Parts: sequence; C-alpha cells; structure tokens
Amino acid sequence: MTASGVLQIVVYFLILLALTKPVGTFMARLFAGERTFLHPLFRPLERLIYKLSGVREETEQRWTQYAASLLAFSIAGFVFAYLIQRLQGILPLNPQHFGAAGAPPSATPVTPDLAFNTAASFVTNTNWQSYSGESTFSYLVQMAALTVQNFVSAAAGIAVAIALIRGFARQQMTSIGNFWVDITRATLYLLLPLSVVGALFLCSQGVLQNLHANTVVKTVEGALQSIPQGPVASQEAIKMVGTNGGGFFGANSAHPFENPTPLTNFVQMLMIFVIPAGLTYTFGKMVRDTRQGWAIFAACSVMFLAGVFIAYPAEQAGNPILAHHGIRSSPTAGQPGGNMEGKEVRFGIASSALFAVITTDASCGAVNGMHDSYTPLGGLVPLFNIETGEVIFGGTGAGMYGILLYAILAVFIAGLMVGRTPEYIGKKIEQKEVKMAMLALIATAASTLVFSGISSVATFDWDHSKYLNPPPATLKPAPASSVPPTANLNNSGPHGFSEILYAYSSATGNNGSAFGGINTNTPWYNATMGAAMLIGRFLFLLPLLAAAGSLAGKKKVPATSGTFPTHGPLFVCLLVGTVVIVGALTFFPALSLGPIVEHFLMYSGKLFT
Amino acid sequence: MSTATAIPPVINDPTVLIPKKLARARPLFDPEIISRALKGSFVKLNPAILWKNPVIFVVEVGAFVTTIFLVRDAFAGAAGIGFTLQIAVWLWFTVLFANFAEAMAEARGKAQADSLRKTKTDSIAKRYTSGGKIDEVPASKLRSGDTVLCETGDIIPGDGEVIDGIATIDESVITGESAPVIRESGGDRSAVTGGTRVLSDQVKVKITSNPGETFLDRMIALVEGAERQKTPNEIALNILIAGLTLIFLLAVITLQPFAAFSVASAGAGSVPSVAVLVALLVCLIPTTIGGLLSAIGIAGMDRVMQHNVLAMSGRAVEASGDVNTLLLDKTGTITMGNRQAVEFLAVAGVAEATLADAAQLSSLADETPEGRSVVVLAKEKYNLRGREVGEQEANFIPFSAYTRMSGVDISGRHLRKGATEAIINFVREQGGRVPPNFLDLSERVSRSGGTPLAVCDGAQLLGIIHLKDIVKGGMKERIGQLRAMGIRSVMITGDNPLTAAAIASEAGVDDFLAQATPKDKLEYIKREQGEGRLVAMTGDGTNDAPALAQADVGLAMNTGTMAAKEAGNMVDLDSNPTKLIEVVAIGKQLLITRGALTTFSIANDVAKYFAIIPAMFMVTYPALANLNVMHLHTAQSAVLSAVIFNALIIIALVPLALRGVKYRPQGAAGLLRRNLMIYGIGGLIAPFPGIWVIDQILVFLRLA
Repeated sequence: MTASGVLQIVVYFLILLALTKPVGTFMARLFAGERTFLHPLFRPLERLIYKLSGVREETEQRWTQYAASLLAFSIAGFVFAYLIQRLQGILPLNPQHFGAAGAPPSATPVTPDLAFNTAASFVTNTNWQSYSGESTFSYLVQMAALTVQNFVSAAAGIAVAIALIRGFARQQMTSIGNFWVDITRATLYLLLPLSVVGALFLCSQGVLQNLHANTVVKTVEGALQSIPQGPVASQEAIKMVGTNGGGFFGANSAHPFENPTPLTNFVQMLMIFVIPAGLTYTFGKMVRDTRQGWAIFAACSVMFLAGVFIAYPAEQAGNPILAHHGIRSSPTAGQPGGNMEGKEVRFGIASSALFAVITTDASCGAVNGMHDSYTPLGGLVPLFNIETGEVIFGGTGAGMYGILLYAILAVFIAGLMVGRTPEYIGKKIEQKEVKMAMLALIATAASTLVFSGISSVATFDWDHSKYLNPPPATLKPAPASSVPPTANLNNSGPHGFSEILYAYSSATGNNGSAFGGINTNTPWYNATMGAAMLIGRFLFLLPLLAAAGSLAGKKKVPATSGTFPTHGPLFVCLLVGTVVIVGALTFFPALSLGPIVEHFLMYSGKLFT
Repeated sequence: MSTATAIPPVINDPTVLIPKKLARARPLFDPEIISRALKGSFVKLNPAILWKNPVIFVVEVGAFVTTIFLVRDAFAGAAGIGFTLQIAVWLWFTVLFANFAEAMAEARGKAQADSLRKTKTDSIAKRYTSGGKIDEVPASKLRSGDTVLCETGDIIPGDGEVIDGIATIDESVITGESAPVIRESGGDRSAVTGGTRVLSDQVKVKITSNPGETFLDRMIALVEGAERQKTPNEIALNILIAGLTLIFLLAVITLQPFAAFSVASAGAGSVPSVAVLVALLVCLIPTTIGGLLSAIGIAGMDRVMQHNVLAMSGRAVEASGDVNTLLLDKTGTITMGNRQAVEFLAVAGVAEATLADAAQLSSLADETPEGRSVVVLAKEKYNLRGREVGEQEANFIPFSAYTRMSGVDISGRHLRKGATEAIINFVREQGGRVPPNFLDLSERVSRSGGTPLAVCDGAQLLGIIHLKDIVKGGMKERIGQLRAMGIRSVMITGDNPLTAAAIASEAGVDDFLAQATPKDKLEYIKREQGEGRLVAMTGDGTNDAPALAQADVGLAMNTGTMAAKEAGNMVDLDSNPTKLIEVVAIGKQLLITRGALTTFSIANDVAKYFAIIPAMFMVTYPALANLNVMHLHTAQSAVLSAVIFNALIIIALVPLALRGVKYRPQGAAGLLRRNLMIYGIGGLIAPFPGIWVIDQILVFLRLA
C-alpha cells in the first residue's frame, strides 16, 4: 500500500462520515412529511402529481396494500421497458437505427430474452447489462426506459426501507406509509436534485451530454473509428446515486466519457454511498434514538474498511508469479506496481480497489475496472460483499432493509442470552419476523446457489435451431453433440467457476456488476439471470414488508437495563459477526472452489487461462 | 430477636437467586431415569415422531441414505466400506444422542409424575345426599357440586371449598412440606386439595372439580409433559434452525455440481461421495440446538417444579423471563408477616421502664405476633421477664374491633394499649388528660412508617409503642438485583401513603401503590401493560383473581382460594410470595440457555468447514490443504472427526441443557458480553482442538 492510496481511502471515509448526518436528517424530515428547504421548489409539482394520479396523500396503506402498489408499479415498469426495447426500431430518437434497417453491422439484436433480462435488470435496480449500451439501444430506450427505471427502482428501494423503519418506529398501527407518496418524494426531493447537481458537475469535468449520432473519424492510420455520443451525464449521475450501476457504455465507469478524471471517480464513489450511509442516520432519527443509527453505520464502516484493506493490499501486492519472473511489483515514483491488469491508469490501484469494494458493498455494480482481472483475494472481496446481501451500506434503501434483516437475526440468535425474548428497537422479534427474515435469506441463497449449480454442469444442445447457450464465435464447433458448460467462459478452473458464481451472485444480489469473462447474452443466461434478479429483489423485499407490517402493529417495550443494548460496540461486533458468519456459512463451499483455491494456487505458481 | 433467624433459608445468600437445595430435586444421572431415557431414544427414531424436529429428522434421513449406500457398496464389494460404515454409525448416534437429550428431560418429568401418582389412591367419599344423609361412594364418582364430609384420617376425595368447620390438614402430597396447615370455611383459607389428608377435626367440603380434572391430576399431567406445547419463542427458534437447515441443504446439494465442474476442470480427483456430503450437511445444520431445544424447555418447567412451583404452561415460564414489572405484596413478601414492637416512647415525666413494664403486662395475654413482640422487646431492653399471671389475679380484656384496644385489669390497675384515638378516649373517660408531647410522639412514629400503639395506666397516658413493619433481611439486595436485571419492583399495600412510602424506601422498591384495592391493582397492571411492559404478581385471595388473570405471570399461593389458583398461571405450593423472584430468574435462565446453545451451535460450524472442505478436495485441489489448519491426518479422518465431534457435543451439553447455564443477576450488557465470550467466541474456537484430538485418536486406533 502507498501513503497516497491510504490517504485517498481515509479522506473518502471522512467525507462520507460528514455527509451522513445532514443527508440522513433531510431524509428523515422528508419521509415524515415535514418541510424541507426544497419544498418551495418541488411542493407544487408534488401536489400536481398527486392530483393528476389521484393519489391521496394522507391515506396510509397496510403492508399488503403497500406491497401490492409496489408490485403493480414494478410490473408496469417491466412491461413498458420490455416493449420499448423490442419496438425501438420504429420509435424516435434512434439516430443509429438500432432494431431497424440501416443498423450498424456491429449492433446487438434485441432478442426477447435480452429484452426480458434488461427489463428485469432495470426494474430490480440491478442494472446487469448483457449488452453494450452504445451498440444496442436507442437514446429513447436509454432515457425513457432505462434512466426512468434508474430513478424509480432506486426510489422504490428507499420506500421499502422507510416502510420497514416505520415498522420499528411506530406502535400499534396497521399502516406503514403510502407507497405512492414515498416513491414520489424519494424521486422528486432526493434523487432528482442529487442527479441534476451530479450531472452538471460531471458535464463540467467532460462527461458527454448530447443526442448526436456517433461521430465517425478517420484515425491517423487511416482507419474509420466510430466515436459514441449521447446523453451520458444524465444517466451517469443517477446510475451512481441510485446505486444502479448500468453504464451508458459497456465499459461503464472505466470509459473516459463516463468517468474522465480522478476527481469524477472520487465524486462518483461518494454518490454511491451518500444515500445508503445517510439512511443509517435516518433510521436512528425515525426510531428516536440516533445511537441505533450510528451503530448500524459503525457496523457497515467496519465491514467496508475491512473489505478495502483486504482488497487493496492484495491488488497492490500483485501476482507473485510475475514477481517470481523478476518483474518489479512494488510501487515506484513512476510506476504503480502491483496488479494493474484491467485497471485504468488514470485511477490506479487504490481508487480501483476502493471503487470495487464500494460498488459491491452497495448494490451499485458500476465498475471502473475489470473485477475479473483482480487478484483472487481482490476478487473475493467484491464477490463476498455481494453474497452477504449487499448490506454494507448497501443499495439505496435495499442496503438498509438488508442490514435490518441481519440485525433482526443477530438480535434473535444472541438476544436470548440476556435472558429475555429478543427485542430490537423495543419491538419483540417473534415468529413472524424470524419466518420472514429466513424466507428472504433462503430465497436469495437458493437463487445464487441453484442457478450457479445448474450452469456449472448443464450441457446444451449443439443444434443451432434449439440453441440455448451459443458459445462465442471463437469457439470452433466441436464434434460432440453438446456444448460443455464451460463453453461461455473465458477462463478454466476455479477462475471460470468464479465467473459463473459471480454472475448469479450479482444478479440475485441486484448488484449488476460483472466479473466479466463470461458471455451472458444467450437465452440461457438471460432467462436464468433475469429470474435470479426478480427473486433477489422481490422475494427479499416482500417478506421484509410483511415483517414491517407485523412490527408496526406491536407495542414498544420500554428499554431498561435488562434490555439487550443495540447501540454499543458489542452490538456492532455482533452484527458484523452475524453478517460475515451467515454469509460465510452459506457460501464458503462455493467460494472455496473459486477465489479461495485460486488464491492458494496462485501462490503455488498456477494460473488459469 | 434478631431478624436474620426469621428469614427463610432461601435468601440467606443474597447473591444467589436460585438456591441449590430443593425439595424435589433429583440427581442428574439417576439410573432409573437414564434407563428410561435410553429406551426413549430408540422409540423416538420413528420418523412419524421425529419429523416434528426438522433438524434431527434431516440427520435421520441422511443416516438412512448413507446406510442404503453402505449396503449397496457392501454388495458391490466396493473399497472404502469401513469409512462409510463409520460415518453411518456416527450419524445414527447423532440422532440417538439428540433423542436421548429429549428423552432424558421427559423421563425426569415422568419420574416426578410417577411419584405423585403413587399418592393418588381411590378413596371413599362420604357424600351428603339431598336428604342430608351420608352415603359412601368412591371418590371417582364425585361430581362438581357434591358435598362431602371429611373427618380425621380421611383423604379428601377431591378439590373443593370448605363450607363448614375447621381442620388441620396434611398437604405434603402436594407441597412436600410435612407441617400441617389449617383449613377453615370462609375467608381465603378455605380451599382444600384432593389427595390431602385430614389430621384432626372435621370439615364439610363442597367439591369443585370433576374426577380427572383435579389439581393433582393437572399437576401430574403438567410434570409429565403431556400437555406440553411449544412456547412462542421456541417456535420462532425452530423456524430459525429449520431455515438454516434448508440453507445448508442448498449449500451442500449445490456443492455436488460445483465439485463436478471443478473435478472436470482440474482433471483430478472425484466428486465427493454421498456419505461425505451427508457428513458435511449433518455437521453444518444446527444439530446441537436442534437436539437440545425441547430438552431445554422441558427442563425449564422441571426446574420450576423443583422449586415447588407449578407452572400451568411453558409460556408462563418464558414470560417470567420477560417480566418488566414485579408487583410485590408488602405483607409477607417484602416485610415479615407482622409488625413488631421496636421502641418504647414514653411521654415526658414517665420513665421508659415504666412504660415498658405496663406495655408488657398489658400484652401478656395477647397472643398476636404484635403482642408477643411487645413482651419480647420489654424483655430484651429492660430485662423485664414475662410473668405468669393467673386468670384469678387478672382480668384480661381482649381486643375488639369496636373498642380497638386490649389490656388487663390487675391489682386495681387498668392497663390498656391500642389505637391512639381509642386510648385517648379511654384516658379522657377516666378523667385523665393528654400530655403535651404525646401527639408529637405518635406523629413521629406514623411519619417513619410505623404504627403507634398508645399505652395507658388508667387515667395516665404512659407513651407509645412503636410498631414497625420489618423488611425481610436481604430483601433490599434482592430488589437491587432485580433493578440490575432491569425489573421494576412495585410494592402493593393497604397502608396509607405515608407508611407505604417509608417502607418502600427502606426496602428499596422502585414504586409503591398505597391503600390499594384489588381494582387499583388491576388498573395498575393494565396501565403497565399498555406501556408495553410485562407484569408479574402474586396473590391468594379471591379478590386477587382478576389481577392474577390480567398479569402476564400470576403466581397464586397454594393456600389461597380456588379462584385465585385458577386465575393465575402458576401456583406456588410453598405459598411463599418471595418465590416470584426465583421464578423470574428461572425464566431468564431458560432463555439464556436457549440463546447460548443456539449461538454455540452456529459458531461451531466454522471449524467444521475447515475440517471437511479441504478433505473433500484433497485430490482435486491439493492447494486447499492450506485450509487444513488443524493438520488433520487424512481426508477420511478429517470428515470422521468432524462428524464424531458433532455427535459427541450433543451428549456433552445435555447436562448444561438440563441444568441451565449459570445465571447471575446483572444488567443485559454484562450478561451479553459474558455469554457471547463463552458461547460465541468459545463456540468458534472449541471445535478446533476438539476435532484435532478426535483425529489423533482415530489415527491412533487405525480407524481412519
């Protein structure tokens, strides 16, 4: 590690810490229906929206109504996104003529499975991209389908988190808020202003924002190069603050038009965490004990910094095999040293490792380097972050309700040891809550493990007419009648296995970052990963909404010296322990056959091509 | 008299909430119980019974599958059959050990029930016919509403209410206490229990229960566990461990394709056998808590029983751990049953010794505890000996509610003691006057929480006897412990607020309810519950019944009325209201034991991964040997050691599950820190040396 690298990380954390309280306070006021400094600006618009849509602001919903509204909204968004993708050829704002006559030869066709996958991906706030945006979708699709979902899927996540917090904050109530009001406020007062400010800043740093067709230029060697254009900055800002992660370009935040400078890189990292970190304070504020919020913040910080300080030294240490061959891997004044494969020179090792950890702690999935090229340990950290459910600050809202799930579990398991039936924030944790928490955990574990399991052994028909999983063009047709499961992988052995595991972990965790190295734009992967995203989103949040409903109806037990204290360092350790141990116990066998064994093999001198 | 001698032995050591010596305690390893439990562990192998315990059921299915593969391999003459055999044997042992834990807890209950059942004989009842005559019928023919006569030596044929007469009764069948008790018609001591024996006199009893539904029947059913239902927390915990089992099932089942991919890719080794995968699964699922969970619950009920408290449901025991507010009756719980004289305050011009002498004389015939305490105090302070005064020399005037005083007329003196007002009136009638500082003295006593008792000799007012409620020794410490546990104690008393406040502060309770009527009590409970608190209380009278029913934990006294016993969810057979504190401690201990073993069980898994995963892929990925931190000898010894450790730990923890973990009253933060250290961190570390040792032994014995 270098001093400047460590300094970047420390400064990042301190700024995040400083932002948490003001952002958290703002959100607490916003969702309590109090006036904020943005009300003069947006309140008339908010009223107008309610008037036009017939939403009655004061009417609250039971958890079932809240969940039904959320589902209806998501299904509508899904159908709209699917149709607009399939019909982009006949719709406007399509200067590249995607999906119509005159499309560039390199364009990716939008098949039903790809459209399903993409619609599922954006509705679930996953933003997994089986395609490269610049060669697949028209500007209309990017803006009307994808960017809109970037906003509202993030807002829906925040709404669910707020609803669950209300479950803890309220007592003896049947309602947990109004979904339509929550999602409107989250979009209007929170995501929109942050995105506008963010987009303007990114533009100032050189990020594109136009509706031009690609610029074709003649290079010095005389070849023709098509330089992509488009409304990048507007999508980029919400991609970060909504922890969406779906880039305008296939290269995502590694692309100089998306993330041109170290400063934009730093700001983008802050944009990922600002709402999730703020929500910890919002939680404390809403349950009227800010210590509870800071305890969650502390637990997240411990896991975040632990991840950074495992991944960063691993990347900085680089590959011992290269060192063995006499290649210098320690940093010098002119050289970063370490493992620079798959990283942008303008960001370097510390910022890339930090970015990778942040984007997988949150369910963002934006990348500024290729995780596939990280060292085994450097890749293990993002993978493990995703598999624990992205609760280390986590996605907008999703992180908060995820960590509350773990808090419920931690309190339930260890809370008995104080000699009382478990309570969290004064609410008794009983059958219903435990059942719902387990349901959410089982659904996500099953999705990741079962789909990875099938994908690592299933073989597919070689016959092109019933082709489920075509191998890349480079693979020569084999004489056998079926394609081995590894056909779509770039790498063999444990690294290849990590690629499969990462893909389904990312889909189920609604992260959307790719390990890379796997071609997923096939009917098999598009369908199964789409399903994984839907499971990971809805079978996770619906049980938690049910828990919120049950919690809201309970009385609050006043805290005494006999109550399990959930605001001290002891609870922070317990929460961290629960997240790590539950995650490790579920995924250790799988991880041991992927990054863990690869790590040991690398140190014994073996690489995988 | 020193107060210490009067304290029941249970609170001799204020630091121990749960005393060790108990009337009904049985040794943990009673041979009879063990043999019964051994039989029970095999009976429970029946899948129709076992499926109710999902974790252990999964183990049984795993053992069954492994056995089938073993048989198949044996017929095929495959290699490595010894290993599969050992795995299968240990898997069956795991199931048996878990069954044994539960069977052991149940057998202890059954043993209790048997000893109770022995006392249940079908006695002959002398039933009144409608014509007022008596016919003899077997007790089993009696119905609620019948009236029977019970005479000296009779066994009372059923639960009932004394409607006429008074008798001494031996209730040792129920309470284990051999001292006879008095039962009489009217008031709060009218309830009699079927199976108890009349020692003297005779009573007319109205039967209130049908055969098979008597208190003794219910008691037998309860200790036997026949009516046992899972408590809410137990159900929630079952959901958690069943959920974890499902997650581990997924992790292990999907390991098969992952392994297939890895093996194909590495071109070495083989996919782990079914026996090994089952072994991994069984090691990971929370078998420790799964096997011990119901034993913990049954043992908790049993522990309450050992304290001579009959809990009507496990839910009540669980709730007592959660109690936030404890309503304690002042008299009998916080203070000794009766007030005692502590001081003589003579008016100006009268010597204290004169007052003491007069007081003693006037109390000689007073058999009430207050009266006796006056005699004792005079003896202690002024060495005045109690005199034998014959009836012929003295005329004793007994206390009456009308005169509110008592005394003696002796050698022409009219000695009286009684309520201040009454004595003042008496003195005035005799032509005397009230000395100026008399009212001050009386006021001073009242304000300090005492009761002033005026004493006069004819027309001369001598002074005041200070009668005081004596707070039981160690009570203040126990209240302090309750506070440390986060429990508010509230004193309930009929006294006026002034007296109540003085005693409350002396006992150190957090709040008091003065001049409390049964309705006030009920209101107080409802208010506390409205604020989310759980309330426990004791009671014995019929007018306590509504409050007992409303409270989350209602401990009725066995001496109390039937109505009170039915309203509460626990009955203290010793009728010792202080027991409520012990019940709370037992409830907490039960919950802590559950939490500790759950945490331990889950923490254990980490080490097992380090044993089994490298062993599984030793050939495919030799590099994973880096994870073999215990340096286990071979792949087979590693898997076997983990399975054996997993099975043995269940048996090793049976005593802990039955006895409960050590509980010291302290705040939640301290308790949590301590238990997390022992069962969390301990659970993480303990299996490493444990598995290592087993591996060494296996290799030494050439078993792997």
